Amino acid sequence: MSNLYEVLPSVSEDDVPVRKVTIRVNGESLSAVVEPRLLLAHLLRQGFKLTGTHTGCDTSNCGACTVLLDGQPVKSCTMFAVQADGHDVMTIEGLAGPSELHALQEGFKEEHGLQCGFCTPGMMMTSKALLDENPNPTEDEIRWALSGNLCRCTGYQNIVKAVMWAATKLQDQ
Amino acid sequence: MTAVDEIKIGGMGARRRRVEDNRFVRGKGNYVDDIVLPGMLHMEILRSPLAHARIRSIDTSKAWAMPGVRLVLTGETMAARNLAWMPTLSYDTQAVLATDKVRFQGQEVACVIADDPYIAKDACEAIMVDYEPLPPIVNPMQSLAEGAPLIRDDKENQPDNVIYDWEVGDKGGTDRAFAEADLVSKIELHYPRSHPSPIECCGSIADFNRSTSKLTVYMTTQAPHIIRAAVALVAELPEQMIRIVSPDIGGGFGNKVPVYPGYVASILASILLERPVKWIEDRTGNLISTGFARDVYLHGELALRKDGRILGVRMQTTADHGAFFSDAQPSKFKIGLMHSAFACYDIPNAHLVARGVYTNKAPGGVAYRCSFRVTEAMFFQERMIQAAADDLGMDQAEFRRINFVRDDDFPHRTPWGFLTDSGQYGKCLDVGLEAIGYQDFLKQKEEAAKRGRLLGIGISTMTEPLGAGNSREYDILGIKMFDSAELKIHITGKALLRTGTKSQGQGHETTWAQIVAHELGIPAEDIFVEEGDTDTAPFGMGTYASRSTPVAGAAVAMVSRKIRAKARKIAAHLLEISEEDVEWELGRFYVRSQPDRGVTIQECAVAAYSNMPDGMEPGLDNTAYYDPPNLTWPFACYIATVEVDPETGVWDVLRLVAVDDCGVRINPMIVEGQIMGGLTEAYAMANMQFITFDAEGNCIGSNFTDYLLPTAWETPGFELHEVVTPCPHHPIGAKGIGECAAVGGPAAFVNAVIDALKGTGVRNIDMPVFPDRVYEALQTGKDVSGAPPVRTA
Repeated sequence: MSNLYEVLPSVSEDDVPVRKVTIRVNGESLSAVVEPRLLLAHLLRQGFKLTGTHTGCDTSNCGACTVLLDGQPVKSCTMFAVQADGHDVMTIEGLAGPSELHALQEGFKEEHGLQCGFCTPGMMMTSKALLDENPNPTEDEIRWALSGNLCRCTGYQNIVKAVMWAATKLQDQ
Repeated sequence: MTAVDEIKIGGMGARRRRVEDNRFVRGKGNYVDDIVLPGMLHMEILRSPLAHARIRSIDTSKAWAMPGVRLVLTGETMAARNLAWMPTLSYDTQAVLATDKVRFQGQEVACVIADDPYIAKDACEAIMVDYEPLPPIVNPMQSLAEGAPLIRDDKENQPDNVIYDWEVGDKGGTDRAFAEADLVSKIELHYPRSHPSPIECCGSIADFNRSTSKLTVYMTTQAPHIIRAAVALVAELPEQMIRIVSPDIGGGFGNKVPVYPGYVASILASILLERPVKWIEDRTGNLISTGFARDVYLHGELALRKDGRILGVRMQTTADHGAFFSDAQPSKFKIGLMHSAFACYDIPNAHLVARGVYTNKAPGGVAYRCSFRVTEAMFFQERMIQAAADDLGMDQAEFRRINFVRDDDFPHRTPWGFLTDSGQYGKCLDVGLEAIGYQDFLKQKEEAAKRGRLLGIGISTMTEPLGAGNSREYDILGIKMFDSAELKIHITGKALLRTGTKSQGQGHETTWAQIVAHELGIPAEDIFVEEGDTDTAPFGMGTYASRSTPVAGAAVAMVSRKIRAKARKIAAHLLEISEEDVEWELGRFYVRSQPDRGVTIQECAVAAYSNMPDGMEPGLDNTAYYDPPNLTWPFACYIATVEVDPETGVWDVLRLVAVDDCGVRINPMIVEGQIMGGLTEAYAMANMQFITFDAEGNCIGSNFTDYLLPTAWETPGFELHEVVTPCPHHPIGAKGIGECAAVGGPAAFVNAVIDALKGTGVRNIDMPVFPDRVYEALQTGKDVSGAPPVRTA
C-alpha cells in the first residue's frame, strides 16, 4: 500500500519534466511526484514531513542531513530524490523500535552526547551504520566514522562515549 | 518524615539527564525550518558579488514574470516604506536592502517571495543588477590610509572610516611605570575573523494576520524580547501586537542575537502579502553576511621589573567592524569588555586605546562565545604574558603565580575599574600543573629536543566577567539587563516555570528545574520549564555572553524563595502554630520542637487552593525580577601540550587539561559539556577556522570547504578538573560558564606551539596557526602575521 503525496509545487517552467518516485521510508512505501532536481533531503522534510533530517550547509560538509540508504549512510542533501527511487531510506524517525528507543538514542541521552540537537539525527544515523558493521569499535574508529558529521556544541567527546554506551548495550542484548 | 534527598529529586549537583533530549533524539525537535504554516510562502535573498560598488540599476522584470513569484523587494521598494535602513544595536544604521551602494560581498540586494524555495532561487538568478565597482577596503590600515575611499558616504558627519576612538585607564601613571621598567615586552598580533557557524543557519517565519493585526514571527533568536522591542521600533507596530517565538534553536553562540535584514524583509513581505513568509538562509549566506567574530589587531606592551613583577600594561587595539557597526553589546564601552584583560593579575597601572573602523566586509565583531570581546581580551593577555615571561627568561607558571591577585586580596579593583570579588588563581594553576605533570613534561621536552623533536607546553590563566549586567553600567537600547522568572505551583504541587532566557543547547529545561528543586524540594521531573515565546515568557534579555545562570538563574532562585515564604505561612496555618516555630528542610516544613510533625510543600500547595489562612490571597504563584549587583567572575587554567613536526609545520595536541571554577555547579554534566564545547571552539580558532579576504574583497571562508570546522577526528580529548569558589553575591553561588573555555582556550594552544619553537626567535604566529605558517616561521626565524592583504596596484 503506498501513500501518494501531492506534487511538490516547485515547477517554475512549463516544460520541466516531473517523475513519480516510490521510496520505502522507515519501512513504509511512500510515493511523490517530483522535479528531477529536488534534493532527497527536501523530499523527506517538505514532502514526507519527516523533519528530523536537517540541512546545515550547501557543500555536503556538515552531515546533518545523513540518512541510511539501503543501510549505508549518505548525505541526503547531495542526492536527488529520483536517485532514491526504489530504494530503502531510514531516517531518525525510523530508529526507535515500536515500544522503546534504540540503544543509540538512550546512549546519547545517558552520556550527554547532544546539546542543541541539530546535528544529532545525522550523528545517530552514521553511528548506526558503524555499529551495524562494527559492533565493538574503538574510540579512533568511532571518531573516524563520524568525521563527516560536524558538531559545534559538544566537542565530540561525549558523542564518542554515547556510541560506546550503545555498543555495549547492543552487545549485551 | 525527613527531608527529601536532593540528588534523588534532581536538585543542584545532580547529573540530571536532559529533558530536551526526549524530543531531540527522536528527531522531534521544533526548529524554525520545521514549522509549516498554512499558505506559507518562501523567501530567498539575492546577494552582492562585489565588496564595494555603486548600484546603477536593478531590473526585476524577469523575476516578477516567473510563475509562482509573489513579490520582489529591492532597496528602492523598501525605501518607499522607510525600511531600506534600520538602526543597529550599536546606534549605527545598517542597510536592509542596498540602495545606493553595496558595501560588502554578500550584502543583501533584493528578495524574492515565491510559492517554493526553488522558484524563489530561480527568480533571484533572473534579477539583473548593474554594478559600478569601487575600490574595496579589506584591512583597517587601508581604512585609515590617507585618501581611502569613504565607505559610509550614506552617513552625515562621517568624514572618514573611523567609527570610534576610545580610551580607558591612566595614561600618565602607565607612562611613568613604563619609564621605570627594567624591561618592556612588546607584541603585535591579529585575532583573526572567525564565525560562530552553528549547524542551524538563521531564519524566520513572519506571519501577519490582517484580521487580528497581530504579527507573529518565529525566529532563530537568542533574545526574543529584544527582538520584540526592535521590531516595534523598526516596523512601527504596537508592541502588544507583536509575538516573537523562538522555538528550538540549533546552536547560537552569539550568531543569533543581531537583527538581520532577512528577518526585516520577511516581516514586510508578510505584511504586504498577508500570508506567512519563511526565510531560511543557506550556509553561504550565514558565513558571508551574518555576525562574525573577532578581527582585532593588538599592539601590546608590558612594563616589567627584573624580579618578574608587572608594573604596567599598555594595549592599543584596532577593531575591524565591517561595513556597519552592528555589535549587540550592552556596555557603555565601545570595545566592549576588552579592558577586563589582566583582571587576574595584580597590576597597578594600565592604559587602553581602542579604535574601530569600517571596512568592506560583513558587519559584526561581537559574537562567538565572546562575552563582549572578553575572548579578545584574554587571548591578548595570555599571549602578552607568555612573551613577557620568555623575554625575562622566567618560567611561565612562576611568572603568572607571582603576579596573580592573592586569595586574601578581594574585593579587588583592577586598574581599568572592574571589581573582582573572589578567586583562587594560584590553586587553579596548581591543579592544572599537577594534572599535566608540568615538571615531567619539561624534562620530556628537553630530552625530545636532543632528538630533533619539538614539544611545547602552553598555559592560559584568566578570570573573566560574566552575567551582564548591573543596571548602572549595562543596557541594550536603554533597556536594562535584568531577567525574570515566573513560577506557578499547581494544586497537586507540580509546577510551571517560565523565564526570559532562550536555550540554544545549554539545557535550561533541565537546569532551571534543578534550581527550583533545590529551593523547594519539588522533584525536578514535576517542574515544567518554558521559554522563548514573548506572549507567555516573562521579560528577559536573552541568552548569550554566559549571562543566563548569573542573572536568570538568580531570578529562578529568588522566585522560588518568594513561594517558599508564602508556603511557610500556609504551613504554620496547617500545623496550627505560629510562623516563628516553623522550620524548613528540603521539601517540608516542620514544628521546631516536634520534627516529626510537618507538612510537605505539596500539602502546602493543595492548601493554597483549598484551605487558606484568613486574609491570604489564594494560589501559589509568583514572579521575581533580578538586577545583578555585579558580574560574576569564573576563572580557569588551561594547559595544552603539543608536538610540532618541523618538516611539515603540522602540530598535534598531546593533552589538554582544563581547570574551571564556575562557582556552584547546578548540573555538573551540563557544565562539563559546555566546557568541552568551548575548548573545541578554542582549538578550532587556534588551528583552522579562518575568514579572510583577498585584495578584491572576495570573502574566502563563505562555505565549509574554505571555512574549516574541526571534526571528531581532529578534535583532541579533554581532561576536566574543577575548583569551586562560590560567587559571593549570587543567590545560589553560581557563575557563568558557557564561554569560559572559548575565552581562555585559544591562548593555551598558541602558547604551546610558540613554546615548541622556543629558541628559534619566533615570538608570534597569528591564528589560525596553519602548518604553512609554522613552517615559514621555522624557516625564517621570524614572526608570521595573518592580516588580510592590501592591494598594491
